[in-house]
Amino acid sequence: MTTEIDTILRNYKQGKRDQLIPLLQEIQEKAGFLSEDSIVEVGRYVGLSTTKIYSLATFYDEFRFLPAGKIQISVCNGTSCYLNGSKAVIDKLKEETGLLPGQTDRDGILSYDIVTCMGGCNHGPVICINGEYYNNVKAEQLPDMIRKLRYIFDND
Amino acid sequence: MLFTIQVNNRKIKAEKGETILSALNRNGIRIPTLCRMADFSPTGACRICVVEVEGRDRLVTACSQPVEEWMKIRTHSPRVITARKTIVEMLLSNHPDDCLYCDKNLNCELQRLAEELNIRERRIRAKKIKPRLDQSSPAIVRELSKCILCGRCIRVCEELISANSIDFIGKGSKTHVGPAMDRDFNFSSCIHCGQCVMVCPTGALHEKHNLVEVQDYLHHNDIAKVIQYSPLVTIGIAEEMGIKYNKDFDRTLNSILRRIGFNKIFNSGVGTDICITEIAGQLLERIKNETEDPLYISACPSWVKYAEQFMPDIIPQLSTVKSPQQLTGGLIKTLIADSSGIMPEKIFSVSVTPCMAMKFEARRDGMMRKGISDVDSVMTVRELARLIRLYGIDISNIEPEPADEPMEGSSSAAGLTEISGGITEAVLRLVYFYEYKNDADKQLFKRLRAGGAFRETSLMIANRKIAVAVVDGLTGLEKLRAAFNAGRKYNLIEVMTCPGGCINGAGMPFAMHEINIKSRRKIIYQADETDPINLPCKSPVNINMYDKYLKENEVLSDKKVFYTHYIKRNVLL
Repeated sequence: MTTEIDTILRNYKQGKRDQLIPLLQEIQEKAGFLSEDSIVEVGRYVGLSTTKIYSLATFYDEFRFLPAGKIQISVCNGTSCYLNGSKAVIDKLKEETGLLPGQTDRDGILSYDIVTCMGGCNHGPVICINGEYYNNVKAEQLPDMIRKLRYIFDND
Repeated sequence: MLFTIQVNNRKIKAEKGETILSALNRNGIRIPTLCRMADFSPTGACRICVVEVEGRDRLVTACSQPVEEWMKIRTHSPRVITARKTIVEMLLSNHPDDCLYCDKNLNCELQRLAEELNIRERRIRAKKIKPRLDQSSPAIVRELSKCILCGRCIRVCEELISANSIDFIGKGSKTHVGPAMDRDFNFSSCIHCGQCVMVCPTGALHEKHNLVEVQDYLHHNDIAKVIQYSPLVTIGIAEEMGIKYNKDFDRTLNSILRRIGFNKIFNSGVGTDICITEIAGQLLERIKNETEDPLYISACPSWVKYAEQFMPDIIPQLSTVKSPQQLTGGLIKTLIADSSGIMPEKIFSVSVTPCMAMKFEARRDGMMRKGISDVDSVMTVRELARLIRLYGIDISNIEPEPADEPMEGSSSAAGLTEISGGITEAVLRLVYFYEYKNDADKQLFKRLRAGGAFRETSLMIANRKIAVAVVDGLTGLEKLRAAFNAGRKYNLIEVMTCPGGCINGAGMPFAMHEINIKSRRKIIYQADETDPINLPCKSPVNINMYDKYLKENEVLSDKKVFYTHYIKRNVLL
């Protein structure tokens, strides 16, 4: 894991903070999330305290600090989706999974995030499951969807 | 370059390059501020200081906007006042409103602003912030629901202390201030200096109270209550109680403490004298052995934690001598226990300090003997003032009394250590006295008493050059590093976390003004000028300590009580 971060870090200038966000993005892309160790590594390399890096990363919704589940759901809560009832979808997800946005369940199968816009504003609410988009999602559909996905992963 | 601007239909002089606020303040026009701190970078975050500038559509923040020649400013127009009032009303909309129970009650800037702006009703209602209380740190308590996100603590931690322990986490309505990975404080790189507490405008950050604990123990009859106070505490108590300080005031404090119910009262200056003597001994030995590495003074507990975290390489160079508080505490549990025939575990040892990190230091590893801690409870000056008020003692009408034997009185050099550069000066003076048997000229230490975050000087004593450096506030470490890189060598290095030294400590009364700190410095220097006992080796207590007790007392004879050890700390930096 550390060597993986090291190879990424080598592409960036040491002690320079101007490329910090792309750097964090690359780490997240490779590792799936920003671990505590990786934040410490980046801080040491860039010359910033862990606190500052964590502060910056928490500002952006795209960064996560726990490994994502095998089923990763992104729910849009942008203006259009909100007006079309994305709150009901989010509440249903909370109820169904018992998780908060950004969390992953214990067996590492399921996790969900709230994002601001996925560009499907006229088909809201939009959700995205492992890169596949679903339009006009209704809260009632969610339990069934999740059950099906779980079944697929359990028997994989 | 001076030019004239118009403010509230009057003409005032402004200087090119300064902010609107500084021009107004210089001309006696006061406008409220909240997130602003003098000498720090302005953020313009709270927008309390807005003023109306003719020709501009929007109100501008006086704290960050540079003044310009054409400006016509209105500082208290109805539009401005309404804006300010609305801002404070919005800050209050999700505030817990538990002022009666709040630590900062009567010292709160938000409270004061609400009063100044005449807010008498809750016009804006919002969902209260979910309470989150972090009591994990031994020195500082965080109450996140009281935070108004002004960011002062963050700027102090970054720009003044350079520890970078806290920052904003999250965004929007979920923003809060916290250490890395949103952990609790005890896991963070916080060094407990408490400067964030001093600048927090609300009760979101405050010291961890030991007052209740002390009150409890005051009623245990089978336990001896022993208290020590550092030389600066008398000045702090006089300030907090609003009476004029005089030289006799520490004797007055003795009788106040005795009336509260403490059995034995000592001045931590006794420990300071030992600290100076021991450090001078270590320094002389290093010079004799021609050790190249410098000796870092370890009297500041925040600096010690900083070094353990950020500069683990220098741990072997940190002086192993305990801080004055711990030295005095150690003596209380050994010498005093012995001489008065009380078991050490039957002593409750309280310390009053101008420092917040001492609360952390008392709980450090290596600060106890046979499972009995040197100091049991540490109070700040503010807590002691509360205790005095609680016991209803008329401070202006009380007979002065001496402290307890056998540790009654200390040298004026002990007081000097409360100022940055003071402990170095005291050590050098002592070394000089050892060699020449007379007092060193004050002029020799002129450069140590000057301003600036990094000061250095050198002294020729017995044909040996002693080079010393004083780091006044941790920002000076940058300059120390530069000096090392330039090939400089020092024998003794003093580091004080709080700029100015303990006189600017976080346990002192909330003083937002430079004047208070200056007057504290003046009092200490004046006391040092006039006191004939100006060195530890002239103080009868200290002479007795080394000539008699250290030789006679079995526990003290190996001096183990005087020394401690340090460890590398693994925290998120």
